[in-house]
Amino acid sequence: MTVPIHLRHDETFVLNLGPQHPATHGVLRVKLTMDGEYIVKAEPVLGYIHRMHEKLAEAGTFAQFMPNTARMDYLHALAFNHGWALVVEKAAGIEVPERAEYIRVITVELNRIASHLLWWAAFLLDLGGFTPLLYAFDDREKVIDLLERVTGSRLTYCYMRFGGVYNDIDDEFIAGTRDFIKRLRGRMPSLYHDLVTHNIILIKRIKDIGIITPEQCRRYGATGPVARGSGINYDVRKNEPYSVYPEFDFDVPVFDECDSMARYMVRMHEMEQSLRIIEQALDKLPDGPVMGKAPKVLKPEAGYYYSAVETARGSLGHRLICDGGKNPYKLKLRSPTFSNLSLYGEVAEGMLLADALAFMGSLDLVIPEIDR
Amino acid sequence: METSIWRALLYLVGIMAFAGLNAAYLGWCERKGAARIQRRIGPCEAGYAGLLQPLADGLKLMSKQLLVPDGVDGIIFRVAPVLAMIPAITSMVVIPFSENIGARAMELSVLLLFALASISMIAILLGGWASGNKYAVISAARSVSQNLAYEIPMLITVITVVLISGSLNLREIAIDQQGGFWHWNIFRLENGHFLTMWISFIIFFICSVAETNRAPFDMAEAESELVAGFMTEYGSMGFGLFMMGEYLNIVVGACLTATLFLGGWDCPFGKTPGVWWFLIKIYILIFTFIWIRWTYPRTQIYRLLNLSWKILIPFSLINLLITAALIKVF
Amino acid sequence: MNMLEKTQAALAELFPQAEAGEGATEAAARQPGVLRTDPARHGSHLDVLCGPDQVVAVARIMDREGYFLEAVSGVDWLEKQQLEIIYDYNRLGGEHCRVMVRTQVPRSEAVVPTVSAVFPAADWHERETYDFYGVHFQDHPNLIRILLPEDADFHPLLKDFTP
Repeated sequence: MTVPIHLRHDETFVLNLGPQHPATHGVLRVKLTMDGEYIVKAEPVLGYIHRMHEKLAEAGTFAQFMPNTARMDYLHALAFNHGWALVVEKAAGIEVPERAEYIRVITVELNRIASHLLWWAAFLLDLGGFTPLLYAFDDREKVIDLLERVTGSRLTYCYMRFGGVYNDIDDEFIAGTRDFIKRLRGRMPSLYHDLVTHNIILIKRIKDIGIITPEQCRRYGATGPVARGSGINYDVRKNEPYSVYPEFDFDVPVFDECDSMARYMVRMHEMEQSLRIIEQALDKLPDGPVMGKAPKVLKPEAGYYYSAVETARGSLGHRLICDGGKNPYKLKLRSPTFSNLSLYGEVAEGMLLADALAFMGSLDLVIPEIDR
Repeated sequence: METSIWRALLYLVGIMAFAGLNAAYLGWCERKGAARIQRRIGPCEAGYAGLLQPLADGLKLMSKQLLVPDGVDGIIFRVAPVLAMIPAITSMVVIPFSENIGARAMELSVLLLFALASISMIAILLGGWASGNKYAVISAARSVSQNLAYEIPMLITVITVVLISGSLNLREIAIDQQGGFWHWNIFRLENGHFLTMWISFIIFFICSVAETNRAPFDMAEAESELVAGFMTEYGSMGFGLFMMGEYLNIVVGACLTATLFLGGWDCPFGKTPGVWWFLIKIYILIFTFIWIRWTYPRTQIYRLLNLSWKILIPFSLINLLITAALIKVF
Repeated sequence: MNMLEKTQAALAELFPQAEAGEGATEAAARQPGVLRTDPARHGSHLDVLCGPDQVVAVARIMDREGYFLEAVSGVDWLEKQQLEIIYDYNRLGGEHCRVMVRTQVPRSEAVVPTVSAVFPAADWHERETYDFYGVHFQDHPNLIRILLPEDADFHPLLKDFTP
């Protein structure tokens, strides 16, 4: 008969959170040094789903890497498509027809809403509320159906091409999208806010929990809703406009509270802003081709290229280096959650286990994107 | 002598059947209820409306091997789930289902119920500790502190009921409330008890949610933090017994609430008292449990303890004082 | 004076002998110094080439000017037998300005001082670069593998690596 665990108040013990744990939503492992239920030290251990996409990029042509982009952030795959298309178009000097850019924006924003809905559902699941998951999936299903209609896939899209998109949208898609906008606007206040956002238990769980100061954001390079929840007005779509975003009138929600609630509110408001963008894009949608002229074999000029897009989780950067050949010479993917997660250890110190997991949920981690 | 043996046997079979049926079908009710709340259908494949689902689940659990992990305390590991189930069934002995149905009407039945309820907490502690899993140990520690904190206000509110009825016998407490809903302890008109007793009822109900480890107070099995808490290492019927024990505790909690506050088997209009009214009451209460669980997110362990020590206990004490004063004045 | 000029002036102090010029960056060798690039074409406003010993000094200046470190990446120039480390700096809000800082070290002796003391963000990014290229970051607090298994004995992004 053995007694495996001795706990004394002056001793700490190591708790392995993951790689298989319900709260990490994937194969992230956090090595926690605990004193009772308090965290003394938190150390994320990465790499459990590492697939070396950067080497795969070097091994194939530019076009061959397009399907890989969707395998990183599977929740906002179209933004990764978009980022890769933009950086290659920049390097190779390819013109994109305006209609194609509009369609890109519409689909990327729809995908952003789907991503935020899934985050919302999973975050509530982390906090022990199961029912919101089903409500969010109800709406997400509508988005996925719409995207399936134009892209042909439901999760890992490979929709964009250098010089445009491969499939035009039809009237049914436009009508369906307008219906969805109406539907989500109707459900947002009653279902999402009345049932969940204003719930006293939820507010007590996430208010003043997981404070990230603006200075911490800057030192660790946190972007996206994490930075905007800390009062930093930084959105690639506004600060470094790309595609046709300058033509739309939308706000960047910024909250100054720096806590998990602020990050929650940023994402909830972002969904509404995305709806606004989609609505305007549908109104202004120009006619024309959806595919520009692009050479069959791309051989961009040798040089250094960088392009950033705003994904649902923050700023995604592609550092592309070309040597004049038909393969990328080097591709570095600056994935947003890799940087967002790196501040976890510093912030989680001294937190209670349950609070640290609520905080982790508020960072919106997608593990394949961290590990690439 | 002859009749009492038959009587004992009858009640034994009856209570086991009632307990077994509830343990199995509350799972089905919960899944159906949750499904409806979540705009789903729920179990529908096995039998009509999925009614054979509990049977299928039971068979599956029984056909699996009870895996005892390496390096754990084997005996305690096996005993703990049984210990979770037994007190819940035993509690049914003293519950008066109607004026004529009830195995034993003991003088101290209220105390016996609370004594038995504490054993199921020990089962969780033993199960968690014997698993040799850190999540299970954290869960067991949480569960003990939670149950301790909530037993105190629960007992204090029960004292208010006992003061009014003047008895610790559940049957007599129920008989005392006969004759329409204005006689029930929660709405009791005489002596102005309705002023305080609804507060007692709310405190008691919150405590019984916490005592049975139900959401939003399911700290012990918070799946997003502690995987499955004390049940992490359990499979097969070990897990099954814990689940059944949990449902039976809910039934006992609902029976106790119905008897103490809602007049037991009494009809709200004083017409046709009987066991059906008792069953209607407990199932409404159980549905409320399910409803709460699928609506709210989980709270935090320290907020849970604060709620008990800083709010419920002072309130229940004040409540007790006022109730005692009302009895003295009138 | 806008952010770009201010940053350029601050960085120019490090390179007294070099002259500020304008033009596209080439992969070909050039003298250390600050070069303006076209953001619409290359994505960054400034291209800074510095010696490995100046990396920390550059990071300090960028920190002072309110930049944040976006990424650290390595490049293997097999023909020139050189490893290049690229630091991408950007601004969180306010006026947008992206600066690419590059440094080159010989392949045989890839040692660069760490900037993780200035930007904690560099911690993980430098570990990743070590993981993929075998670049040794001097004084890094915890230079271990991050994405590859801890017992891996190869650096996969080196151009001469064959699995």
